[in-house]
Amino acid sequence: MTGEPRPEIVFGSTAGGGGAAGAIHDHDNPVAGVFDDVEAIPGSKKPDPILIADHVTKTFGGLTAVDVEHLEIQRGAITALIGPNGAGKTTFFNLLTGFDKPNTGHVVLDGSSIDGVPPHKLANKGMVRTFQLTKALSRMTVIDNMKLGAVNQTGEHFWRALLPVWKRQEEEVEARGDKLLDRFNLTHMRDEFAGTMSGGQRKLVEMARALMTDPKLVMLDEPMAGVNPALTQSLLGHVKGLRAEGRTVIFVEHDMDVVHDISDWVVVMAEGQIIAEGTPDDIAANPDVIDAYLGSSHDADFESWDDGPAPVELPTDSTDAAPNDAASTDAASPDDEGSA
Amino acid sequence: MDWGFILERTFSTLFGVEVMVFALAAVGLNVHFGYTGLLNFGQVGFMAAGAYGLGVTIHYFEWNFMIGVVFGVVYSLILAAILGLPTLRLRGDYLAIVTIAASESIRLFVRWRKMKEFTGASEGLGEFADPFYETALNPFDVGVRYDFGPFSYLGRDLWVLTVGWIILILTVLFVKRLMSSPWGRALKAIREDEDAARALGKNAYWFKLQSLMLGGVIGGMAGMLQVIQKGSIQADTFNPVITFTIWAILILGGPGRTWSPVIGSMIYWTLIAFLETTLRQLPEGTSNTLEDTIKLSDFNISQVRFIMVGVGLILLARYRPQGIFGSREEMALDDR
Ligand SMILES: Nc1ncnc2c1ncn2[C@@H]1O[C@H](COP(=O)(O)OP(=O)(O)OP(=O)(O)O)[C@@H](O)[C@H]1O
Ligand SMILES: [Mg+2]
Repeated sequence: MTGEPRPEIVFGSTAGGGGAAGAIHDHDNPVAGVFDDVEAIPGSKKPDPILIADHVTKTFGGLTAVDVEHLEIQRGAITALIGPNGAGKTTFFNLLTGFDKPNTGHVVLDGSSIDGVPPHKLANKGMVRTFQLTKALSRMTVIDNMKLGAVNQTGEHFWRALLPVWKRQEEEVEARGDKLLDRFNLTHMRDEFAGTMSGGQRKLVEMARALMTDPKLVMLDEPMAGVNPALTQSLLGHVKGLRAEGRTVIFVEHDMDVVHDISDWVVVMAEGQIIAEGTPDDIAANPDVIDAYLGSSHDADFESWDDGPAPVELPTDSTDAAPNDAASTDAASPDDEGSA
Repeated sequence: MDWGFILERTFSTLFGVEVMVFALAAVGLNVHFGYTGLLNFGQVGFMAAGAYGLGVTIHYFEWNFMIGVVFGVVYSLILAAILGLPTLRLRGDYLAIVTIAASESIRLFVRWRKMKEFTGASEGLGEFADPFYETALNPFDVGVRYDFGPFSYLGRDLWVLTVGWIILILTVLFVKRLMSSPWGRALKAIREDEDAARALGKNAYWFKLQSLMLGGVIGGMAGMLQVIQKGSIQADTFNPVITFTIWAILILGGPGRTWSPVIGSMIYWTLIAFLETTLRQLPEGTSNTLEDTIKLSDFNISQVRFIMVGVGLILLARYRPQGIFGSREEMALDDR
C-alpha cells in the first residue's frame, strides 16, 4: 500500500452498465485544484469553508461517540466521511444538523453560529440531510413527498391555508417537484404511495425530496446503502450533479470505490475522532486509516484501488437491514427539539 | 315484535343527537390521530372544557350565551396548550399518558366539593341552555314532536340537531380544506415521520400544537352541543368511556378520511339503538330463555348491546382493520 500511481478506475466499470446520469467527468469538476494546497492532516484549513466544527463532543454514558477537535468543509466540494461501523459518523451528522445536542463545541455554517439551532431552522438556512435508515413518508404520494420539501410555503400557515393565496406557489412547487422526479427517473412513481417503493427508489426519493429545499449544503448518510450497483452509478451521477450546481455535499459511505470515484476530499473517523483527512489517494496510502479499518470487522477494499477495476461488490455490510446498532442513532432522542 | 317501533328508533338515531355529538368529537380526534398521528386518549377532557366553559360562564357570571360559547372555545384552547406545550417535544406516548390523566383530573376537579360554587360539583349545573332555545331563530316549538316518515324528534332536539348538523358539516368541510392544503400536508408528514419533516424545515412541534388545538376546539364544540341538548352538565358524564367510544367510532370509519367520523358515528349509534330496541322487543319465549341464561333485565340490556358492539369491533379489526373508508393497501404500508 503506497502512493504509487494507480490505474485509472473507469467510471461505471464496477456496475457492468452503469447509469446514464453518471456521465460527468472530472474535467467538469468546479473545485478541481482547490485542494492542491490543503494539508492532508486532521483539522486542516480549507480555502473557503462552508461549515466549521470546533471541539464538538458527544458522550452516551461512558462512551465518547464523537470527539471532533476541528473540521472544515470546503464549499462546493464533495466531502466523504468514512470510518468503521460505530465510528460516530451518524452521531456527528445528528450533531451538525441539530437532531442531537453536543456536550461541548461550536458549529459555524456560512459564517454564523448554528449552536442549538433546531433542525427545521437549519433546513431553512440551506442545510439539509438524509437519513441512514431511509425515511419515505409511506402514506403520502411520491409527488406529495416532493412538495413537502419546499421551504417557506405560504400555505403552511394555518389561516392562510384556508385561503387560495398559496395556489400559485403550489403550482411552482409542483412543477419543481416534477422536474426533480424526472431527473431521478421517478416520474412513473409520481402518484404512487411512497410506501410502495423499493428500498433503492426510496433512497432516490429521499435525496430528490431533500433537494426541494434548494440547499447549499447537502448531507447524505449512506445514500448508496442497499442500492444495486446500476442504481449506485446513477446516484453517483446525481451527487456529482449537485456539485456541478454549486452545492456542497458531505456524504457517509462504506464502499471505497464509490468514495474514491466521486469525492474531492475524504475525512476519516474512528472511535469518534477524525484520524485522517486528504484526497482519496492520500487516504488510500495512509497507514492509520488502514489500521483503523483492519482493526475493525469492516473489510475495506483498499487493495482494489491499486489493482485496477474493482470486482463487483454487493453492499452487504451496510444495507438498510444491517444488524448493527445504527437504528438507534437515527431516532432523535426524546428531548432534543429546539424552540417553538 | 313491533318492527315499526324498532325502525323508527333506529332511523331517528341515524341523525340524532348522539350521532351528531360523537361525530363532531371524532372529527377532532381525526385531526389529532388520523392526520397528525397524535395519541389523544382524553378527547372527553376537551368536551368537558367546552361544556364547563359555556356552563360556568352563563350560570355563574350570567353573561351572554355567545360569550359562553367563546369561553368554551377558549377553555379548549387553553387545555390543548397545557397538554401540548410540555409533551409534544417528547415521544408520542407521553401525550397519550398526559391526555388520559388530564381528562380524569378535570372530571374529579369539577366534581370536587370545594368547586360547588363554580361548577356545581357532583350536582352539576343547569339553567344555561335556555337562551339557545328561546332565540327568535328557533323555528320549532320545543314541546312538540315532529314526524317525518320514519324520523321522529322532539322540537327541542330538532333545533339542537339543526344547529349541530350545520356545525358538524361546516367543520368537516373546514377540516377537509385544511388537510388538502400545504398545512395539512405537513401534518401528514409529521404523522408519517416526524424527523423527516423536521429535516425538511417543518417545525413539527408547532404543527402538532396547532393540530392539538384545532382538534381540541372541535371536541369542545361537541361538548357544548351535548350539554345544550341535555340542559344540564354532570361531571360524571365526562368519563373515559366517552373517549374510547370516540376512538371506536373513528377506527370504525377509518382514520384520516374526511367523512369517516360521521359515518362511523352513524353506524355505531344506529347499531346500538337497533340492538337495544330489538332486545327489549324480543318475543316472550326467547326473552325468558335469555333471562334464564344471562338474566336479561332492563339494566343489562344496555350492557348486552355494548358487548355485541364489542364483538362487532373485534370482527372489524379482524376482517376490515382499515375501517369502512380506509384502504387496506394504504394501511399495509405502515408495516414496511
Ligand atoms: N442514542 C444513542 N445512545 C447510546 N449510544 C449511542 C447512541 N447513538 C449512537 N451511539 C453509539 O455511538 C457510537 C457511534 O454510533 P454511530 O451511529 O454514530 O456510528 P456510525 O459511524 O454512523 O456507524 P455505521 O457505519 O454503522 O452507521 C456507537 O458506538 C453507538 O453505539
Ligand atoms: Mg451511521
